[in-house]
Amino acid sequence: MIILGIESSAHTFGVGVVRDEPPHILADVRFVYKPKTGGIHPKEASQYFMSNAPEAVKEALSKAGVKVRDLDGIAVALGPGMGPCLRVGATLARAMASYYGKPLIPVNHALAHVEIGKMLFSFKNPLIVYLSGGNTLIASFSEGRYRIFGETLDISLGNFLDTLARELGIAPPYVVSGLHQIDRCAQNGKNFIELPYVVKGQDVSFSGLLTAALKLYKSSRAELSDICYSAREIAYSAIIEVSERALAHTGNKEVLVVGGVASSPVLRSKFEVMSRLRGVELGIVPPQYAVDNGVMIAWTGLLLLKHGVHVRPEEAYVRQRWKLDQVDVPWLARTNSSGS
Amino acid sequence: MIKSTCPGSPELIALGAEAVLVKACYEGMPSIFKVRVRKPYRDRGLDTMLIRSRSEVEAKILAELRLKGLNVPALYYVDLSEGLIVMEFVEGPLLRDLIYRGSEKALKCLEELGELVASVHDAGVVHGDITTSNVIVGGDGVYLVDFGLAKYSRRLEDLATDIHLFIRSVESTHYGLKEALLRHFMKGYAKVKGRDFTDSLLIKVKEIRMRGRYVEERRVRRGI
Repeated sequence: MIILGIESSAHTFGVGVVRDEPPHILADVRFVYKPKTGGIHPKEASQYFMSNAPEAVKEALSKAGVKVRDLDGIAVALGPGMGPCLRVGATLARAMASYYGKPLIPVNHALAHVEIGKMLFSFKNPLIVYLSGGNTLIASFSEGRYRIFGETLDISLGNFLDTLARELGIAPPYVVSGLHQIDRCAQNGKNFIELPYVVKGQDVSFSGLLTAALKLYKSSRAELSDICYSAREIAYSAIIEVSERALAHTGNKEVLVVGGVASSPVLRSKFEVMSRLRGVELGIVPPQYAVDNGVMIAWTGLLLLKHGVHVRPEEAYVRQRWKLDQVDVPWLARTNSSGS
Repeated sequence: MIKSTCPGSPELIALGAEAVLVKACYEGMPSIFKVRVRKPYRDRGLDTMLIRSRSEVEAKILAELRLKGLNVPALYYVDLSEGLIVMEFVEGPLLRDLIYRGSEKALKCLEELGELVASVHDAGVVHGDITTSNVIVGGDGVYLVDFGLAKYSRRLEDLATDIHLFIRSVESTHYGLKEALLRHFMKGYAKVKGRDFTDSLLIKVKEIRMRGRYVEERRVRRGI
């Protein structure tokens, strides 16, 4: 079975081609929209996607060495994400599926991050820690779906780091040589300053920390590097704490960290220490597949199609707020995740 | 540090995320020793701040609620620099396990829990982590335990967050039964706090849920 997958939920227009026997990944083409200032402008991003979409598909097919007629299905990310961006991928996928008469497979972007990670580490039933620009959530499989055990009550970790860096005047670019500007600036920080640390149950909250850190910066009462260091330590520690709480609660023996923010080496080492202490296996999706890409959409599409999931093109509408816990996962047994 | 005066060796109860729970004897009474352990992945200053402040608030709140006659473990001993709290050992199964076993008592316990949480809120305290695994069904009713994330507050926002977190934990732990469980919980809550207050609290709970990431019910802004 060979599937082509299209990703366009935020800043990356990605086309991937995968098949069900190794090597699974046949092509991985990405066009990344980079804003000159500020964050992602959805309209600008979607225009960038539209002008590069045909090239991306052509390149993916030629790299994979397949023709459209060889494909068993077209998978597309329909959400969650930015509407104007998602619509570019959806329109292209609908057109290809109806013109070539191929099954159209609706893929949840969050589930795709999880499934590509599980494939890479051969994990069976991990606790999911999903950290990206748009998402901060902790999930575990139970009764047919991934259930959300914890999430942010306001902004995501990625959004927190990016906004802080931008307001402190050290971004864009947000990531330089694989290191986020906040991690970079924190390297020279030595003094820990007390700022709001908010963990409520399994949930985190970063908006108060952001406001307090910026207020401190504007007051000029602390070194920039100390502000970066303290804000980062608090944000990362809160994430590790809720992950650890979820592990204690669910009894999962594996932790899978997915999403682009997971590539921070500082966060990675904190996860390593925690996993060693708790005796669980850790998988952090490597940067190449942690960021948005078409391969993860194609791979999840393949799993879905094998379980008979596909829709008519007119049913393939985008869902900007399609959460992970709204998707049935037929390839996992109906088990109760609780260890008891 | 403290000499056990009862026979039998201490027993590890749980290796929680932030604390180790050991069952042992204190002054002849079966007790829980809760020790907050240092986390090597945290900055030392942050670690000290969290261990000290959480132990202090937890101990104060336990003592205060117990003095009001509410079902929480009695406080026996505190050592803030060690992050140690010694409290009463409450005998009984977790509410979570009672629900998993399909016990008939479960719904009645949910109603009692609703009353208890409402009384805790009435005392100006939010628990911060109400889950069915933080409730022990004792001989004389349900007990709320683990006040590690509790704080003093009477703000509607904080009370509603407490309920929001509980609803979410029921959804993720007991998905199939969530409606019956929550209905009984809210019934108990309203017994103490009254229907009007409970209704306004539930409106706030809904508002908090809507603030979350990618909430489907939230209306998409027009014109995008």
